[in-house]
Amino acid sequence: MNNHKTREDDYKERRQHLENLSDAQLKQRFWDLADQATSPLIDLAYSHTSPAIERSVLLRMGFSSIEAAALVKLVLAHNLIGKGAGHVVYRYANIKQISIRESGLELIQGKGFEDVIKSFEVTK
Amino acid sequence: MIKPNEKLDIREILKDLDKYEPRRRGWSWRIPVANLQMADNIYLDASKPLKQSIPLPAAKYFDNIDPQPIQVITSEIASGRFEDDIRRMRMAAWHGADHLMVIRTAGQSHFDGLIEGTPQGIGGVPITRKQVRAQRKALDIIEDEVGRPINYHSYVSGVAGPDIAVMFAEEGVNGAHQDPQYNVLYRNINMVRSFVDAAESKKIMSWADILQIDGAHNANATAMVAWKVMPELMVQHAINSLFSVKAGIKKENIALSTVPPTATPAPDLRINLPYAKALRDFFSDYKMRAQMNTKYMESSTREATVTHVLNMMISKLTSADIQSTITPDEGRNVPWHMYNVEACDTAKQALIGMDGLLDLVELKEVGYLPEKVRELKERAILFFEELLETGGYFKAVENGFFIDSGIYPERNGDGISRNINGGVGADTVYERDEDYMAPVTAHFGYNNIMQYGLSKEDNPSQLIGGSTFEDRSKIIFIDELDETDNVNIRMDDSEKYRNSDIVKPEVEWLADGTIVIDLTLPTSVKYAVAASLEIAKRMNLVEPEVIHKEVLHPAEATRIQVKGKVDFEIDLFKLTLPEEPDMLSDKEIREYIEEHPMTIIAGTVGEDEHSVGLREIIDIKHGGIEKYGIHCIYLGTSAPISKLVDAAIEANADAILMSTIISHDDVHYKNMKKTHDLAIEKGVRDKLIIISGGTQVTPELAKKQGMDAGFGRGTKGQHVASFLVKRKEEMNEH
Repeated sequence: MNNHKTREDDYKERRQHLENLSDAQLKQRFWDLADQATSPLIDLAYSHTSPAIERSVLLRMGFSSIEAAALVKLVLAHNLIGKGAGHVVYRYANIKQISIRESGLELIQGKGFEDVIKSFEVTK
Repeated sequence: MIKPNEKLDIREILKDLDKYEPRRRGWSWRIPVANLQMADNIYLDASKPLKQSIPLPAAKYFDNIDPQPIQVITSEIASGRFEDDIRRMRMAAWHGADHLMVIRTAGQSHFDGLIEGTPQGIGGVPITRKQVRAQRKALDIIEDEVGRPINYHSYVSGVAGPDIAVMFAEEGVNGAHQDPQYNVLYRNINMVRSFVDAAESKKIMSWADILQIDGAHNANATAMVAWKVMPELMVQHAINSLFSVKAGIKKENIALSTVPPTATPAPDLRINLPYAKALRDFFSDYKMRAQMNTKYMESSTREATVTHVLNMMISKLTSADIQSTITPDEGRNVPWHMYNVEACDTAKQALIGMDGLLDLVELKEVGYLPEKVRELKERAILFFEELLETGGYFKAVENGFFIDSGIYPERNGDGISRNINGGVGADTVYERDEDYMAPVTAHFGYNNIMQYGLSKEDNPSQLIGGSTFEDRSKIIFIDELDETDNVNIRMDDSEKYRNSDIVKPEVEWLADGTIVIDLTLPTSVKYAVAASLEIAKRMNLVEPEVIHKEVLHPAEATRIQVKGKVDFEIDLFKLTLPEEPDMLSDKEIREYIEEHPMTIIAGTVGEDEHSVGLREIIDIKHGGIEKYGIHCIYLGTSAPISKLVDAAIEANADAILMSTIISHDDVHYKNMKKTHDLAIEKGVRDKLIIISGGTQVTPELAKKQGMDAGFGRGTKGQHVASFLVKRKEEMNEH
């Protein structure tokens, strides 16, 4: 997988198009390029999630780190992570008319996922 | 408030942590004071002085002032036992640190979740909620006693970045490292996961006003030829900085971790200064955390210290909002207490020493410096251009763009390369569905709360009546998970030495027993190493280890430092302490002498040719009593007693200082008696102060022979002058 390339220092030839830029223009160009490089990265983050992100959501909802880890594992196993682990807990609390904490603790015991899946109309 | 002579009670700090609440969120900068005046000096770049602190050693000549630089000063403290680190944090704060950074234990980056409890760490501390609370609580006590806010800092990285960010936000952590590139390049964590997680972490940090420091400086520490990564460093800084802004962090809360890339014997400033300048030009909207060079650190603490002072000259010639310190022993071990303190003092000394530097000199606007600055900027732009041509950041990492030891566009093909589908946490990133939702505060990215009747601008946590960020009572505190590996067990093991009269030496942990011996042996390195280990063994040091060797000359001598442990302890209660000499300050003595000029007659009596001791007490160049303006008439060696007394009468002197080191047959005490008697005989005893001194003189016995005072081994001019002033005052009163 080694795509490493070696190259002599060709700075003098490569820089031709920068030569006439003022210092301010140079700075502008640097930040324009940085913007282009980071845009796809931030867009990716905007539309995606991960187990760590979902755990962090559950922590903020009042679950311990151990509970959050267990919940995210179950959410992944039930193919619900695209909905959000916090969402799963929230949805189940609404279905059962129980508190967020009670909802999460029931889900940790494996209860309630069928109801949640049904309400989301997710196919396994 | 805790008293300066009172130890921190670690057990008290550990009590009721489940109820602890941080007193504030966010970062604190020092408060600048324009034209700060302290003693006779005016400072241009200083900040509000501390309530209590330990000034530099030379401060005793300057009314004990302790001017504080304008930069926040960082000390990295993480010995593996956070309970001992708390004590070291107090030491560092008293020496000027107000940013205490805790390095994480080896392996925490790959731990998928929060670690709980207080297990012991390796090369750092396992960062847990309990440990963070204990240290933050301790820092509340410490910041009150020094009178300046202390920033607490650790790392939001690894595969549990967002988890840690939440915990830090809840616990009032003030600063954190966050840079997904660090995960990718140095921890081999999947790059997609790293960036997706990072956006969430950064959003959380922005809510908590946590100051972010990036990880670019590691490129310098890792690259084969450190200074050649300069163009790439600017690219790394830009990627993290702009990504952070896009994730929600304010620019003033983003600090670049920047290191002068090279060190002497390279021409340090000629290489490092243009880079520092180029970076600050491009990143003028961001903060600078000036780190010190670690790449070229060896076991010489002296060499490291000089490198670090040169690094601070660059900070002063350009700018630094935070001046980080690296302990000068980091090249040979996990830092020890005294080196954290030394590093803080080095920073304070250098920065205050260069106070107002840019008022004295300015950077050149033509010639080598601006040309080099321009070149580095252009090289960084060329790097970005090729990164984009290649297909963006991920492709560039796959193609080994980063940590290549060529100065871009030169490439040596030795960069670090990662596969987009590889690394820890690969394939763990999931697309959010259209109805994805997270009912919490500070969540980054797509969040369909509209399906539950909220508008886009509403706080999603309304759906659950507030998250832990609004309602702390929702946080679940876990105390300990491991009954055998926790702070209580460790503290029980060393309990005998905690707040007790039984002491053992220590370098990092209470009663670790470690000492260092420093020796020079007249032989080659190879033999010196073996011989010094043998010496350590004969001194009964346990586990001796050579930690530093230095050739003084290949054949003539080698300097060695050996560490080892002592297996005994000292009971302070059983020690007999020498009586503290009642000393006046230099200033007090000088002022008295100015108003009451004093003349003394000095000489070495009897058949005694030794004069070194007396000269040290008298001579100005040895810090003797002449420096206070006392007029000294020196009669030389082997002065007869009658000559001393006659000279005193003739000069109308205030005192006689007689010295003797020969103690055979107690001749020195006999001479004291003779002097005393002769002075009485001549009718001048009540007007004269007569003092005798020497290595064999016992003060009490001297007094028995009629002396006003006797001074033994270790006496300094200040002791004698203090006595003279006090005695003279007494005599004047009568």
